[in-house]
Amino acid sequence: MSRYAILIKGIAKENPVFVLALGLCPALAVSSLVSNALGMGLATTLVLIGTNTVISILRNVIPDKVRIPCYIVLIAGLVSIVQMLVQAFVYPLYLALGIFLPLITVNCIVFARAELFAKKNKPFDSIIDAIGTGLGFTAALVAIATVREVLGHGSWFGIPIPGLAENSISLFSMAPGGFIAFGLIIAVISKISKGRAAKLKESGCASCPSCAACGKGGAE
Amino acid sequence: MNPVTVSYAPHIHNHASTSHIMRDVLIALSPALAGSVLIFGMRAAVVIFMCVASAVVFEWGYQKIMKKQETISDLSACVTGLLLAFNLPVDIPLWQAVFGSGVAIILVKQFFGGIGKNFANPALTARVVMLISFPTAMSTWAEVPNAVSSATPLELVQTGALQYMPSNLDLFLGLHGGSLGETSELALIIGGVYLIARRVITWHIPVSFIGTVYILTAILGEQPTVQLLAGGLFIGAIFMATDYPTSPQTNSGRLIFGLGCGLLTVIIRVWGNYPEGVSFAILFMNCIVPFINKLTMHHALGGKKA
Repeated sequence: MSRYAILIKGIAKENPVFVLALGLCPALAVSSLVSNALGMGLATTLVLIGTNTVISILRNVIPDKVRIPCYIVLIAGLVSIVQMLVQAFVYPLYLALGIFLPLITVNCIVFARAELFAKKNKPFDSIIDAIGTGLGFTAALVAIATVREVLGHGSWFGIPIPGLAENSISLFSMAPGGFIAFGLIIAVISKISKGRAAKLKESGCASCPSCAACGKGGAE
Repeated sequence: MNPVTVSYAPHIHNHASTSHIMRDVLIALSPALAGSVLIFGMRAAVVIFMCVASAVVFEWGYQKIMKKQETISDLSACVTGLLLAFNLPVDIPLWQAVFGSGVAIILVKQFFGGIGKNFANPALTARVVMLISFPTAMSTWAEVPNAVSSATPLELVQTGALQYMPSNLDLFLGLHGGSLGETSELALIIGGVYLIARRVITWHIPVSFIGTVYILTAILGEQPTVQLLAGGLFIGAIFMATDYPTSPQTNSGRLIFGLGCGLLTVIIRVWGNYPEGVSFAILFMNCIVPFINKLTMHHALGGKKA
């Protein structure tokens, strides 16, 4: 696979939120404002780049049987670093993200990239994969947050939109609105892509995006 | 020689159809419709028209876009729109009413597969969505001619301003603040009796719902008559809780359903933050209808108990 393809698949074809449905907890929890969503997405991207690099370098050192505990230690360490960086330099974001910043540790996306990609690829490819996946996650968060902030607060990135600011639908800034916005975006995406996920299934198990994780056949 | 047709049971058919039932519901709602226009004025008619029209347009548009069979002729969208309008205050901004219709028809009804497949009452869900989204507009009640205060009687009970409480007769006739269709119990009871007489609904849910509220509020030391006549209890018990897809299929299940609705309504009214709890109670009970159905399922004679 070319490096360009690795980068692009994380954003579109294997978008972690909209296609693989991973990392939904932060995607719904911190997507009420575009600024928070962007911060969360970039923080996760930073963690992803770090973990993918380290795990890829250590892929021949870590014994296969204890790889999960090893990943957890590595990821937790990197999340702590990112958390302190955010606390030191972007304190308002640190306050806005709250518990969801340390919870990046248990974000499935970080684990999935370690398990699916970094484990068996060279460090440089792994970094590109991390950037692609991180940008895909950020884009998804910003997309959900755009719907929620425009409808729920009548603003975008804190800039009030005339006409909407006085007539906001505050449901969208609350938890149920997060689910509704998420569901609507997924519906639109599958309508536009004409339900490509279903077609992939027809073309065989090997083309499933979770193929490597499930380990029941496929190309590898 | 006439060919002999062999067909499966049932052989007796009363030719009831969705549109017949919905037409009966619309007829049953017409006294309340007249009452709301009489009480709240022409603006009520505008709100009702907008809700019904937008509900039909949303249903038609969704089915057109998704290339599904069009079902607007079964009148169910009209009923949903009308019931939604009956749950709104008269001064609601019209775009919010249209938004509510969209939530009811598209989000609650069509996304789950259209008529008969929604798990919660569309009009009620839309009302709760609007209550959360537009808390100010949804609890601003217009002055009613002849009424002493614009607050709903249940708000008066909650805030303790009982000197403004309308008389029981005014409560019964609907001359007090509140949502469009909920205030006049007289009109709602006429509609309910019509529905039961036409066998569109059975008496079980309304009677057990309203009865539970009456008995419980009496036990808890509230004024049971006021609790009965003040809020949306009658419209909820007669028209909302009896919605076919979201209420139990057996009569014993319906009694349990009404009991649960009444219990939750009283709990929310007496101890909750909101003055009114009928809509939340019905939606909550909607969610457990499958369990009630399973619990009260009829077994064929000689059949094994599940």
